[in-house]
Amino acid sequence: MLRPDLDLILDWVPMNTRVLDLGCGDGTLLQLLISHSNCFGYGLETSETFIQSCVEKSVPVIQQDLNRGLTNFDDASFDVVIMTQALQVLRNPHLMLEEMLRIGKEVIITFPNFGYWRNRIYLACKGRMPVSRTLPYSWYDTPNIHLCTLEDFEGLCRTRQLEILQRSVVDGHSHQVLLKWFPNLFGATALYRIRKMA
Amino acid sequence: MQSTKNESIGIVQPKTLKFDEQLQLTSGQSLAYYELVYETYGVLNCDSTNAILVCHALSGNHHAAGYYTEQDKKPGWWDAYIGPNKPIDTNQFFVVCCNNLGGCHGSTGPATINLETSMPYGPEFPVVTVKDWVQSQKRLGERLGITRWAAVIGGSLGGMQALQWSIDEPDALRHAIVIASAPKLSAQNIAFNEIARQAILSDPDFHGGCFYGEHSFPKRGLTLARMLGHVTYLSDHAMRLKFGRELRSGRLSFDYSAEFQVESYLRYQGEVFSENFDANTYLLMTKALDYFDPAAEYGDDLVSALQQATCKFLVLSFSTDWRFSPERSQEIVDALIRAKQVVSYAEIEGPQGHDSFLLKIERYRKLLKAYMDSIMREIEEESLETTSNRQAQQEGVNAEA
Repeated sequence: MLRPDLDLILDWVPMNTRVLDLGCGDGTLLQLLISHSNCFGYGLETSETFIQSCVEKSVPVIQQDLNRGLTNFDDASFDVVIMTQALQVLRNPHLMLEEMLRIGKEVIITFPNFGYWRNRIYLACKGRMPVSRTLPYSWYDTPNIHLCTLEDFEGLCRTRQLEILQRSVVDGHSHQVLLKWFPNLFGATALYRIRKMA
Repeated sequence: MQSTKNESIGIVQPKTLKFDEQLQLTSGQSLAYYELVYETYGVLNCDSTNAILVCHALSGNHHAAGYYTEQDKKPGWWDAYIGPNKPIDTNQFFVVCCNNLGGCHGSTGPATINLETSMPYGPEFPVVTVKDWVQSQKRLGERLGITRWAAVIGGSLGGMQALQWSIDEPDALRHAIVIASAPKLSAQNIAFNEIARQAILSDPDFHGGCFYGEHSFPKRGLTLARMLGHVTYLSDHAMRLKFGRELRSGRLSFDYSAEFQVESYLRYQGEVFSENFDANTYLLMTKALDYFDPAAEYGDDLVSALQQATCKFLVLSFSTDWRFSPERSQEIVDALIRAKQVVSYAEIEGPQGHDSFLLKIERYRKLLKAYMDSIMREIEEESLETTSNRQAQQEGVNAEA
Protein backbone atom coordinates (compact mmCIF):
# COMPACT_ATOMS: atom_id res chain seq x y z
CA MET A 1 0.00 0.00 0.00
CA LEU A 2 1.18 3.48 -0.81
CA ARG A 3 2.18 5.76 2.06
CA PRO A 4 -0.92 7.98 2.63
CA ASP A 5 1.05 11.22 2.18
CA LEU A 6 2.37 10.02 -1.21
CA ASP A 7 -1.17 9.13 -2.25
CA LEU A 8 -2.28 12.71 -1.58
CA ILE A 9 0.69 14.16 -3.45
CA LEU A 10 -0.26 12.14 -6.53
CA ASP A 11 -3.56 14.05 -6.53
CA TRP A 12 -1.83 17.39 -6.02
CA VAL A 13 0.62 17.14 -8.91
CA PRO A 14 -0.96 18.02 -12.27
CA MET A 15 -0.49 15.75 -15.29
CA ASN A 16 2.40 16.32 -17.74
CA THR A 17 4.42 18.54 -15.43
CA ARG A 18 8.13 18.79 -14.64
CA VAL A 19 8.84 17.51 -11.16
CA LEU A 20 11.91 17.56 -8.94
CA ASP A 21 11.80 15.25 -5.90
CA LEU A 22 14.35 16.21 -3.24
CA GLY A 23 15.26 13.20 -1.15
CA CYS A 24 13.29 10.87 -3.41
CA GLY A 25 13.97 7.70 -1.40
CA ASP A 26 13.43 4.50 -3.32
CA GLY A 27 11.70 6.40 -6.13
CA THR A 28 8.15 5.13 -5.47
CA LEU A 29 6.50 8.54 -5.79
CA LEU A 30 8.44 9.58 -8.90
CA GLN A 31 7.75 6.26 -10.57
CA LEU A 32 4.00 6.82 -10.08
CA LEU A 33 4.20 10.43 -11.22
CA ILE A 34 6.02 9.34 -14.36
CA SER A 35 3.83 6.33 -15.18
CA HIS A 36 0.38 7.63 -14.04
CA SER A 37 0.65 11.36 -14.47
CA ASN A 38 3.09 11.40 -17.39
CA CYS A 39 5.41 13.71 -15.47
CA PHE A 40 9.04 14.35 -16.33
CA GLY A 41 11.40 14.49 -13.44
CA TYR A 42 14.41 13.65 -11.39
CA GLY A 43 14.94 12.50 -7.86
CA LEU A 44 17.86 13.64 -5.73
CA GLU A 45 19.31 11.15 -3.28
CA THR A 46 22.51 10.39 -1.39
CA SER A 47 21.74 6.87 -0.15
CA GLU A 48 23.39 4.19 -2.28
CA THR A 49 20.58 1.74 -1.51
CA PHE A 50 17.89 4.20 -2.58
CA ILE A 51 19.79 5.18 -5.74
CA GLN A 52 20.01 1.51 -6.64
CA SER A 53 16.24 1.11 -6.09
CA CYS A 54 15.52 4.12 -8.30
CA VAL A 55 17.67 2.76 -11.13
CA GLU A 56 15.91 -0.60 -10.77
CA LYS A 57 12.60 1.24 -11.22
CA SER A 58 13.92 3.22 -14.24
CA VAL A 59 13.44 6.41 -12.21
CA PRO A 60 15.97 9.12 -13.12
CA VAL A 61 17.99 9.77 -9.98
CA ILE A 62 20.92 12.07 -9.31
CA GLN A 63 23.33 11.52 -6.46
CA GLN A 64 23.41 14.91 -4.79
CA ASP A 65 23.57 16.09 -1.19
CA LEU A 66 20.84 18.67 -0.53
CA ASN A 67 22.99 20.35 2.12
CA ARG A 68 25.46 21.26 -0.62
CA GLY A 69 22.82 23.41 -2.32
CA LEU A 70 20.81 23.30 -5.53
CA THR A 71 22.69 25.89 -7.56
CA ASN A 72 22.82 23.49 -10.53
CA PHE A 73 19.07 23.95 -10.99
CA ASP A 74 17.85 27.05 -12.82
CA ASP A 75 15.10 29.44 -11.67
CA ALA A 76 11.57 28.24 -12.40
CA SER A 77 12.89 25.23 -14.30
CA PHE A 78 10.34 22.88 -12.69
CA ASP A 79 6.58 23.05 -12.20
CA VAL A 80 6.63 21.32 -8.85
CA VAL A 81 9.45 20.72 -6.38
CA ILE A 82 8.62 18.04 -3.83
CA MET A 83 10.22 17.19 -0.53
CA THR A 84 8.71 14.45 1.56
CA GLN A 85 9.79 13.92 5.15
CA ALA A 86 13.21 15.50 4.67
CA LEU A 87 12.88 19.20 5.61
CA GLN A 88 13.52 18.42 9.29
CA VAL A 89 16.89 16.76 8.62
CA LEU A 90 18.36 19.74 6.76
CA ARG A 91 20.84 22.18 8.22
CA ASN A 92 18.91 25.22 6.96
CA PRO A 93 15.27 24.34 6.23
CA HIS A 94 14.24 27.97 5.68
CA LEU A 95 16.95 28.50 3.06
CA MET A 96 16.05 25.22 1.41
CA LEU A 97 12.44 26.32 1.19
CA GLU A 98 13.56 29.48 -0.54
CA GLU A 99 15.71 27.48 -2.97
CA MET A 100 12.81 25.17 -3.73
CA LEU A 101 10.57 28.13 -4.50
CA ARG A 102 13.25 29.58 -6.75
CA ILE A 103 13.47 26.37 -8.81
CA GLY A 104 9.81 25.37 -8.77
CA LYS A 105 6.66 27.35 -9.47
CA GLU A 106 5.08 25.38 -6.64
CA VAL A 107 6.44 23.40 -3.73
CA ILE A 108 4.93 20.37 -2.03
CA ILE A 109 6.36 19.61 1.35
CA THR A 110 5.58 16.99 3.97
CA PHE A 111 7.01 16.63 7.46
CA PRO A 112 6.26 14.86 10.74
CA ASN A 113 4.13 17.14 12.92
CA PHE A 114 5.83 17.62 16.25
CA GLY A 115 2.58 19.06 17.63
CA TYR A 116 0.88 15.68 17.21
CA TRP A 117 -1.02 14.77 20.40
CA ARG A 118 1.05 11.66 21.07
CA ASN A 119 4.25 13.75 21.03
CA ARG A 120 2.70 16.30 23.36
CA ILE A 121 1.55 13.64 25.83
CA TYR A 122 4.91 11.85 25.65
CA LEU A 123 6.76 15.03 26.52
CA ALA A 124 4.21 16.16 29.11
CA CYS A 125 4.00 12.85 30.98
CA LYS A 126 7.45 11.38 30.59
CA GLY A 127 9.33 14.64 30.43
CA ARG A 128 11.49 13.24 27.65
CA MET A 129 11.87 13.80 23.90
CA PRO A 130 9.16 11.82 22.10
CA VAL A 131 10.12 8.53 20.48
CA SER A 132 7.46 6.99 18.28
CA ARG A 133 6.88 5.09 15.05
CA THR A 134 7.22 8.29 12.97
CA LEU A 135 10.04 9.63 15.14
CA PRO A 136 11.95 6.47 16.05
CA TYR A 137 15.24 8.06 17.15
CA SER A 138 16.80 9.07 20.45
CA TRP A 139 17.60 12.78 20.90
CA TYR A 140 21.34 12.20 20.43
CA ASP A 141 21.30 10.16 17.21
CA THR A 142 18.29 11.60 15.41
CA PRO A 143 18.75 13.01 11.91
CA ASN A 144 15.67 15.17 12.66
CA ILE A 145 17.47 18.31 13.79
CA HIS A 146 14.73 20.79 12.82
CA LEU A 147 11.39 19.40 13.92
CA CYS A 148 8.38 21.72 13.85
CA THR A 149 4.63 21.84 14.26
CA LEU A 150 2.01 22.98 11.75
CA GLU A 151 1.83 26.31 13.59
CA ASP A 152 5.60 26.72 13.37
CA PHE A 153 5.64 25.99 9.66
CA GLU A 154 2.76 28.34 8.91
CA GLY A 155 4.52 31.00 10.95
CA LEU A 156 7.54 30.63 8.69
CA CYS A 157 5.31 30.87 5.61
CA ARG A 158 3.86 34.13 6.93
CA THR A 159 7.23 35.75 7.63
CA ARG A 160 8.56 34.61 4.24
CA GLN A 161 5.38 35.71 2.46
CA LEU A 162 4.54 32.28 1.16
CA GLU A 163 1.04 31.44 0.08
CA ILE A 164 -0.40 28.14 1.31
CA LEU A 165 -2.39 26.73 -1.61
CA GLN A 166 -3.38 23.50 0.07
CA ARG A 167 -2.90 21.86 3.43
CA SER A 168 -3.62 18.38 4.60
CA VAL A 169 -2.72 16.16 7.51
CA VAL A 170 -2.76 12.39 7.69
CA ASP A 171 -2.92 9.99 10.57
CA GLY A 172 -3.73 6.31 10.56
CA HIS A 173 -5.88 6.46 13.70
CA SER A 174 -7.67 9.78 14.07
CA HIS A 175 -11.14 10.54 12.74
CA GLN A 176 -11.45 12.80 9.66
CA VAL A 177 -13.46 15.36 11.66
CA LEU A 178 -10.70 15.66 14.26
CA LEU A 179 -8.10 16.01 11.52
CA LYS A 180 -10.15 18.74 9.90
CA TRP A 181 -10.76 20.85 13.03
CA PHE A 182 -7.58 20.16 14.99
CA PRO A 183 -4.89 19.33 12.42
CA ASN A 184 -2.00 20.46 14.60
CA LEU A 185 -3.15 18.10 17.34
CA PHE A 186 -4.33 15.06 15.41
CA GLY A 187 -2.21 15.09 12.26
CA ALA A 188 0.87 12.90 12.46
CA THR A 189 2.15 14.01 9.05
CA ALA A 190 1.64 17.45 7.54
CA LEU A 191 1.40 18.17 3.81
CA TYR A 192 1.57 21.62 2.26
CA ARG A 193 1.37 22.97 -1.24
CA ILE A 194 2.86 26.44 -1.30
CA ARG A 195 4.10 29.16 -3.64
CA LYS A 196 5.52 32.64 -3.41
CA MET A 197 2.95 35.37 -2.96
CA ALA A 198 2.38 37.19 -6.23
CA MET B 1 41.70 -19.32 -13.65
CA GLN B 2 39.43 -22.01 -15.01
CA SER B 3 36.52 -20.71 -12.98
CA THR B 4 37.10 -17.20 -14.36
CA LYS B 5 36.95 -18.57 -17.87
CA ASN B 6 33.68 -20.34 -17.08
CA GLU B 7 32.10 -17.02 -16.11
CA SER B 8 33.53 -15.39 -19.19
CA ILE B 9 32.13 -15.29 -22.71
CA GLY B 10 34.93 -17.77 -23.47
CA ILE B 11 37.00 -17.92 -26.61
CA VAL B 12 36.43 -14.99 -28.96
CA GLN B 13 37.74 -14.06 -32.39
CA PRO B 14 38.35 -10.64 -33.85
CA LYS B 15 36.84 -9.83 -37.24
CA THR B 16 37.71 -7.20 -39.80
CA LEU B 17 35.54 -5.08 -42.09
CA LYS B 18 36.86 -3.07 -45.03
CA PHE B 19 35.34 0.30 -45.88
CA ASP B 20 36.00 1.90 -49.26
CA GLU B 21 33.54 4.76 -48.98
CA GLN B 22 35.57 7.88 -48.27
CA LEU B 23 35.49 9.07 -44.67
CA GLN B 24 35.63 12.85 -44.36
CA LEU B 25 37.57 13.80 -41.22
CA THR B 26 37.16 16.81 -38.92
CA SER B 27 40.67 17.96 -39.82
CA GLY B 28 39.63 18.47 -43.45
CA GLN B 29 41.60 15.43 -44.54
CA SER B 30 39.90 12.22 -45.56
CA LEU B 31 40.52 8.49 -45.69
CA ALA B 32 39.57 6.82 -48.96
CA TYR B 33 39.91 3.35 -47.54
CA TYR B 34 40.16 1.92 -44.06
CA GLU B 35 39.63 -1.23 -42.08
CA LEU B 36 38.14 -1.69 -38.65
CA VAL B 37 38.87 -4.70 -36.50
CA TYR B 38 36.14 -5.54 -34.01
CA GLU B 39 34.73 -8.23 -31.76
CA THR B 40 31.15 -9.15 -31.01
CA TYR B 41 29.69 -11.04 -28.09
CA GLY B 42 26.17 -12.44 -27.81
CA VAL B 43 23.53 -12.65 -30.54
CA LEU B 44 21.80 -9.85 -32.42
CA ASN B 45 18.01 -10.30 -32.12
CA CYS B 46 15.79 -10.31 -35.21
CA ASP B 47 14.70 -6.65 -34.74
CA SER B 48 18.34 -5.59 -34.18
CA THR B 49 17.25 -3.78 -31.02
CA ASN B 50 19.65 -5.36 -28.52
CA ALA B 51 22.97 -4.04 -29.81
CA ILE B 52 25.43 -2.34 -27.46
CA LEU B 53 28.43 -0.39 -28.68
CA VAL B 54 31.34 -0.39 -26.24
CA CYS B 55 33.90 2.35 -26.92
CA HIS B 56 37.45 1.96 -25.68
CA ALA B 57 39.70 4.46 -23.95
CA LEU B 58 43.20 5.71 -24.79
CA SER B 59 45.14 2.48 -24.58
CA GLY B 60 42.23 0.07 -25.11
CA ASN B 61 41.25 -1.93 -28.14
CA HIS B 62 38.54 -4.14 -29.60
CA HIS B 63 39.31 -7.04 -27.26
CA ALA B 64 36.85 -6.07 -24.52
CA ALA B 65 35.88 -9.52 -23.24
CA GLY B 66 36.76 -13.21 -23.40
CA TYR B 67 40.00 -14.95 -24.31
CA TYR B 68 41.73 -15.67 -27.62
CA THR B 69 43.10 -19.02 -26.52
CA GLU B 70 42.75 -21.39 -23.58
CA GLN B 71 46.30 -20.39 -22.60
CA ASP B 72 45.57 -16.65 -22.35
CA LYS B 73 46.28 -15.37 -18.86
CA LYS B 74 44.28 -12.18 -19.22
CA PRO B 75 40.81 -11.68 -20.70
CA GLY B 76 39.66 -8.58 -22.63
CA TRP B 77 39.91 -5.23 -20.85
CA TRP B 78 36.28 -5.05 -19.68
CA ASP B 79 35.67 -8.73 -19.08
CA ALA B 80 34.53 -7.93 -15.52
CA TYR B 81 31.48 -6.20 -17.02
CA ILE B 82 30.76 -8.00 -20.31
CA GLY B 83 29.72 -11.64 -20.41
CA PRO B 84 26.98 -14.08 -19.49
CA ASN B 85 25.05 -12.78 -16.45
CA LYS B 86 27.44 -9.86 -16.10
CA PRO B 87 26.16 -6.25 -16.08
CA ILE B 88 26.35 -6.11 -19.88
CA ASP B 89 24.76 -9.54 -20.18
CA THR B 90 25.71 -11.30 -23.40
CA ASN B 91 22.72 -13.64 -22.92
CA GLN B 92 20.57 -10.59 -23.59
CA PHE B 93 22.64 -8.13 -25.53
CA PHE B 94 24.71 -8.19 -28.69
CA VAL B 95 27.90 -6.34 -27.82
CA VAL B 96 30.19 -4.73 -30.38
CA CYS B 97 33.60 -3.26 -29.67
CA CYS B 98 35.97 -2.02 -32.36
CA ASN B 99 39.53 -0.83 -32.35
CA ASN B 100 39.24 2.86 -33.15
CA LEU B 101 40.55 4.34 -36.34
CA GLY B 102 44.18 5.34 -35.81
CA GLY B 103 44.62 2.51 -33.32
CA CYS B 104 47.40 -0.04 -33.34
CA HIS B 105 45.61 -3.32 -32.83
CA GLY B 106 44.38 -4.04 -36.34
CA SER B 107 42.28 -1.08 -37.45
CA THR B 108 43.78 1.28 -39.98
CA GLY B 109 46.29 3.48 -38.19
CA PRO B 110 49.76 5.00 -38.44
CA ALA B 111 51.46 1.59 -38.68
CA THR B 112 49.19 0.45 -41.55
CA ILE B 113 50.57 0.40 -45.11
CA ASN B 114 49.18 3.34 -47.04
CA LEU B 115 47.90 1.84 -50.32
CA GLU B 116 48.87 4.99 -52.22
CA THR B 117 52.54 4.93 -51.18
CA SER B 118 52.99 1.27 -50.23
CA MET B 119 54.67 2.58 -47.06
CA PRO B 120 53.38 2.76 -43.50
CA TYR B 121 51.43 5.98 -42.90
CA GLY B 122 53.61 6.97 -39.95
CA PRO B 123 53.27 10.68 -39.21
CA GLU B 124 51.22 11.09 -42.40
CA PHE B 125 48.25 9.39 -40.80
CA PRO B 126 45.64 12.09 -40.27
CA VAL B 127 44.80 13.18 -36.74
CA VAL B 128 41.36 11.74 -36.09
CA THR B 129 38.87 13.07 -33.55
CA VAL B 130 36.14 11.63 -31.37
CA LYS B 131 33.63 12.88 -33.98
CA ASP B 132 35.44 10.92 -36.70
CA TRP B 133 35.34 7.81 -34.55
CA VAL B 134 31.58 8.18 -34.13
CA GLN B 135 31.15 8.33 -37.91
CA SER B 136 33.35 5.29 -38.48
CA GLN B 137 31.56 3.35 -35.74
CA LYS B 138 28.22 4.30 -37.27
CA ARG B 139 29.27 2.76 -40.57
CA LEU B 140 30.45 -0.35 -38.77
CA GLY B 141 27.06 -0.63 -37.06
CA GLU B 142 25.21 -0.24 -40.35
CA ARG B 143 27.28 -2.99 -41.92
CA LEU B 144 26.31 -5.23 -39.00
CA GLY B 145 22.63 -4.36 -39.52
CA ILE B 146 22.38 -1.99 -36.57
CA THR B 147 20.77 1.39 -37.14
CA ARG B 148 19.96 2.12 -33.51
CA TRP B 149 22.08 1.01 -30.58
CA ALA B 150 20.33 0.02 -27.36
CA ALA B 151 23.24 1.81 -25.71
CA VAL B 152 26.60 3.31 -26.47
CA ILE B 153 28.86 2.83 -23.46
CA GLY B 154 32.36 3.92 -22.60
CA GLY B 155 34.72 4.96 -19.83
CA SER B 156 37.14 7.89 -20.00
CA LEU B 157 37.83 8.61 -23.69
CA GLY B 158 35.19 5.95 -24.38
CA GLY B 159 32.64 7.99 -22.42
CA MET B 160 33.46 10.97 -24.62
CA GLN B 161 32.55 8.87 -27.66
CA ALA B 162 29.21 7.96 -26.05
CA LEU B 163 28.57 11.66 -25.39
CA GLN B 164 29.50 12.62 -28.96
CA TRP B 165 27.23 9.87 -30.31
CA SER B 166 24.29 11.34 -28.39
CA ILE B 167 24.89 14.77 -29.96
CA ASP B 168 25.92 13.83 -33.51
CA GLU B 169 23.64 10.84 -34.10
CA PRO B 170 20.70 11.38 -31.75
CA ASP B 171 18.41 8.90 -33.51
CA ALA B 172 20.96 6.12 -33.51
CA LEU B 173 20.97 5.31 -29.80
CA ARG B 174 18.52 4.78 -26.94
CA HIS B 175 20.97 5.27 -24.09
CA ALA B 176 24.38 6.79 -23.57
CA ILE B 177 26.39 5.54 -20.60
CA VAL B 178 29.23 7.91 -19.79
CA ILE B 179 31.67 6.63 -17.17
CA ALA B 180 34.60 8.46 -15.53
CA SER B 181 34.62 11.03 -18.30
CA ALA B 182 34.54 14.81 -18.87
CA PRO B 183 32.86 17.22 -21.28
CA LYS B 184 36.31 18.42 -22.35
CA LEU B 185 39.86 18.29 -21.05
CA SER B 186 41.12 20.79 -18.50
CA ALA B 187 44.43 22.63 -18.92
CA GLN B 188 45.93 20.16 -16.43
CA ASN B 189 44.70 17.19 -18.49
CA ILE B 190 46.18 18.67 -21.67
CA ALA B 191 49.41 19.39 -19.82
CA PHE B 192 49.81 15.74 -18.86
CA ASN B 193 49.14 14.72 -22.46
CA GLU B 194 51.68 17.22 -23.72
CA ILE B 195 54.40 15.87 -21.42
CA ALA B 196 53.62 12.36 -22.67
CA ARG B 197 53.85 13.55 -26.27
CA GLN B 198 57.12 15.37 -25.66
CA ALA B 199 58.57 12.20 -24.14
CA ILE B 200 57.84 10.39 -27.42
CA LEU B 201 58.67 13.25 -29.80
CA SER B 202 62.04 13.89 -28.17
CA ASP B 203 63.11 10.24 -28.23
CA PRO B 204 65.92 9.97 -30.87
CA ASP B 205 64.39 6.66 -31.96
CA PHE B 206 61.15 8.40 -32.92
CA HIS B 207 62.60 9.52 -36.28
CA GLY B 208 59.78 12.03 -36.79
CA GLY B 209 57.30 9.18 -36.66
CA CYS B 210 58.94 7.20 -39.49
CA PHE B 211 60.45 4.49 -37.30
CA TYR B 212 58.75 1.48 -38.86
CA GLY B 213 61.61 0.78 -41.27
CA GLU B 214 64.19 1.24 -38.51
CA HIS B 215 65.51 -1.45 -36.24
CA SER B 216 64.40 0.42 -33.17
CA PHE B 217 61.29 2.26 -32.03
CA PRO B 218 60.82 5.09 -29.51
CA LYS B 219 60.72 2.70 -26.59
CA ARG B 220 62.07 5.12 -24.00
CA GLY B 221 59.63 7.87 -24.99
CA LEU B 222 56.64 5.57 -24.99
CA THR B 223 57.71 4.04 -21.67
CA LEU B 224 57.98 7.48 -20.09
CA ALA B 225 54.63 8.54 -21.54
CA ARG B 226 52.97 5.49 -20.07
CA MET B 227 54.68 5.87 -16.69
CA LEU B 228 53.34 9.40 -16.46
CA GLY B 229 49.88 8.36 -17.64
CA HIS B 230 49.80 5.50 -15.21
CA VAL B 231 50.40 7.77 -12.22
CA THR B 232 47.44 9.92 -13.24
CA TYR B 233 45.17 6.88 -13.46
CA LEU B 234 45.88 5.81 -9.87
CA SER B 235 44.94 7.59 -6.67
CA ASP B 236 47.43 8.74 -4.07
CA HIS B 237 45.65 6.45 -1.63
CA ALA B 238 45.84 3.39 -3.92
CA MET B 239 49.57 3.94 -4.51
CA ARG B 240 50.20 4.36 -0.82
CA LEU B 241 48.40 1.09 -0.10
CA LYS B 242 50.07 -0.80 -2.93
CA PHE B 243 53.65 0.43 -2.57
CA GLY B 244 54.03 2.74 0.37
CA ARG B 245 57.74 3.59 0.57
CA GLU B 246 58.74 -0.02 0.37
CA LEU B 247 62.28 -0.63 -0.89
CA ARG B 248 63.06 -3.57 -3.13
CA SER B 249 66.28 -4.49 -1.37
CA GLY B 250 65.28 -3.28 2.07
CA ARG B 251 67.84 -0.45 2.24
CA LEU B 252 68.86 2.67 0.36
CA SER B 253 71.50 2.10 -2.27
CA PHE B 254 72.41 5.78 -2.91
CA ASP B 255 72.23 5.48 -6.69
CA TYR B 256 69.62 5.90 -9.43
CA SER B 257 68.44 2.36 -9.84
CA ALA B 258 64.80 1.43 -9.19
CA GLU B 259 64.97 1.32 -5.40
CA PHE B 260 61.43 1.91 -4.33
CA GLN B 261 58.81 -0.67 -5.31
CA VAL B 262 56.78 2.06 -7.01
CA GLU B 263 59.71 2.90 -9.30
CA SER B 264 60.18 -0.67 -10.31
CA TYR B 265 56.44 -1.11 -10.88
CA LEU B 266 56.20 1.98 -13.09
CA ARG B 267 59.27 1.00 -15.12
CA TYR B 268 57.86 -2.46 -15.66
CA GLN B 269 54.38 -1.19 -16.64
CA GLY B 270 55.91 1.36 -18.99
CA GLU B 271 58.15 -1.16 -20.68
CA VAL B 272 55.45 -3.77 -21.19
CA PHE B 273 53.20 -1.09 -22.62
CA SER B 274 55.88 0.26 -24.96
CA GLU B 275 56.29 -3.15 -26.53
CA ASN B 276 52.57 -3.50 -27.23
CA PHE B 277 51.62 -0.04 -28.33
CA ASP B 278 52.45 2.23 -31.22
CA ALA B 279 54.02 5.61 -30.46
CA ASN B 280 52.19 7.35 -33.31
CA THR B 281 48.87 5.96 -32.08
CA TYR B 282 49.66 7.22 -28.59
CA LEU B 283 50.24 10.69 -29.97
CA LEU B 284 47.03 10.52 -31.97
CA MET B 285 44.90 9.28 -29.07
CA THR B 286 46.13 12.03 -26.76
CA LYS B 287 45.29 14.60 -29.45
CA ALA B 288 41.79 13.14 -29.82
CA LEU B 289 41.42 13.65 -26.07
CA ASP B 290 42.73 17.22 -26.18
CA TYR B 291 40.49 18.17 -29.11
CA PHE B 292 37.32 16.69 -27.63
CA ASP B 293 34.94 19.58 -26.96
CA PRO B 294 31.41 18.93 -28.23
CA ALA B 295 30.24 22.31 -26.96
CA ALA B 296 32.61 24.15 -29.33
CA GLU B 297 30.28 23.57 -32.27
CA TYR B 298 27.40 25.07 -30.29
CA GLY B 299 28.90 28.41 -29.28
CA ASP B 300 30.78 26.83 -26.38
CA ASP B 301 27.46 25.99 -24.79
CA LEU B 302 27.34 22.39 -23.60
CA VAL B 303 23.63 22.73 -22.87
CA SER B 304 22.79 23.53 -26.51
CA ALA B 305 25.08 20.72 -27.62
CA LEU B 306 23.26 18.25 -25.41
CA GLN B 307 19.85 19.57 -26.45
CA GLN B 308 20.48 17.68 -29.71
CA ALA B 309 20.29 14.37 -27.88
CA THR B 310 17.16 12.24 -27.69
CA CYS B 311 18.59 9.31 -25.75
CA LYS B 312 18.60 8.76 -22.01
CA PHE B 313 21.81 9.07 -20.00
CA LEU B 314 23.59 7.33 -17.18
CA VAL B 315 26.65 9.17 -15.88
CA LEU B 316 29.01 7.52 -13.39
CA SER B 317 32.11 8.82 -11.65
CA PHE B 318 34.54 7.51 -9.04
CA SER B 319 35.34 9.23 -5.77
CA THR B 320 39.15 9.07 -6.02
CA ASP B 321 39.45 9.77 -9.76
CA TRP B 322 41.46 12.96 -10.15
CA ARG B 323 42.16 12.60 -13.86
CA PHE B 324 38.43 12.98 -14.60
CA SER B 325 37.05 13.81 -11.18
CA PRO B 326 33.40 13.51 -10.10
CA GLU B 327 33.13 17.29 -10.58
CA ARG B 328 33.80 16.81 -14.32
CA SER B 329 31.00 14.25 -14.53
CA GLN B 330 28.74 16.65 -12.65
CA GLU B 331 29.40 19.25 -15.34
CA ILE B 332 27.92 16.79 -17.83
CA VAL B 333 25.00 16.03 -15.52
CA ASP B 334 24.24 19.70 -14.86
CA ALA B 335 24.27 20.46 -18.58
CA LEU B 336 21.97 17.47 -19.21
CA ILE B 337 19.53 18.73 -16.56
CA ARG B 338 19.54 22.18 -18.15
CA ALA B 339 19.05 20.54 -21.56
CA LYS B 340 15.97 18.80 -20.07
CA GLN B 341 17.36 15.34 -20.73
CA VAL B 342 16.61 12.17 -18.82
CA VAL B 343 19.70 11.41 -16.73
CA SER B 344 20.78 9.40 -13.73
CA TYR B 345 24.05 10.03 -11.94
CA ALA B 346 26.02 8.25 -9.24
CA GLU B 347 29.44 8.76 -7.72
CA ILE B 348 30.91 5.38 -6.87
CA GLU B 349 33.31 4.91 -3.95
CA GLY B 350 36.32 3.53 -5.78
CA PRO B 351 39.75 3.67 -4.17
CA GLN B 352 41.75 3.09 -7.37
CA GLY B 353 41.40 6.50 -8.99
CA HIS B 354 40.61 6.80 -12.69
CA ASP B 355 41.37 3.11 -13.24
CA SER B 356 38.33 2.25 -11.09
CA PHE B 357 36.15 2.20 -14.21
CA LEU B 358 37.92 -0.95 -15.35
CA LEU B 359 37.85 -2.74 -12.02
CA LYS B 360 35.39 -4.95 -10.19
CA ILE B 361 33.58 -2.73 -7.71
CA GLU B 362 30.41 -4.13 -6.18
CA ARG B 363 28.25 -1.00 -6.27
CA TYR B 364 29.37 -0.13 -9.79
CA ARG B 365 28.56 -3.66 -10.95
CA LYS B 366 25.10 -3.65 -9.32
CA LEU B 367 24.17 -0.21 -10.60
CA LEU B 368 25.26 -0.88 -14.16
CA LYS B 369 23.45 -4.23 -14.09
CA ALA B 370 20.22 -2.58 -12.89
CA TYR B 371 20.50 0.07 -15.59
CA MET B 372 21.17 -2.48 -18.34
CA ASP B 373 18.18 -4.51 -17.12
CA SER B 374 16.01 -1.42 -17.37
CA ILE B 375 17.18 -0.93 -20.96
CA MET B 376 16.19 -4.51 -21.75
CA ARG B 377 12.73 -3.98 -20.17
CA GLU B 378 12.28 -0.87 -22.28
CA ILE B 379 13.20 -2.76 -25.46
CA GLU B 380 10.88 -5.65 -24.63
CA GLU B 381 7.97 -3.34 -23.79
CA GLU B 382 8.39 -1.49 -27.06
CA SER B 383 8.65 -4.74 -28.98
CA LEU B 384 5.39 -5.93 -27.37
CA GLU B 385 3.69 -2.66 -28.32
CA THR B 386 4.88 -2.98 -31.91
CA THR B 387 3.65 -6.56 -32.08
CA SER B 388 0.24 -5.73 -30.66
CA ASN B 389 -0.06 -2.70 -32.97
CA ARG B 390 0.77 -4.94 -35.90
CA GLN B 391 -1.79 -7.48 -34.74
CA ALA B 392 -4.40 -4.76 -34.32
CA GLN B 393 -3.68 -3.47 -37.82
CA GLN B 394 -3.86 -6.99 -39.19
CA GLU B 395 -7.20 -7.55 -37.46
CA GLY B 396 -8.41 -4.26 -38.90
CA VAL B 397 -7.44 -5.39 -42.39
CA ASN B 398 -9.15 -8.75 -41.83
CA ALA B 399 -12.30 -7.05 -40.57
CA GLU B 400 -12.41 -4.79 -43.63
CA ALA B 401 -11.90 -7.80 -45.87
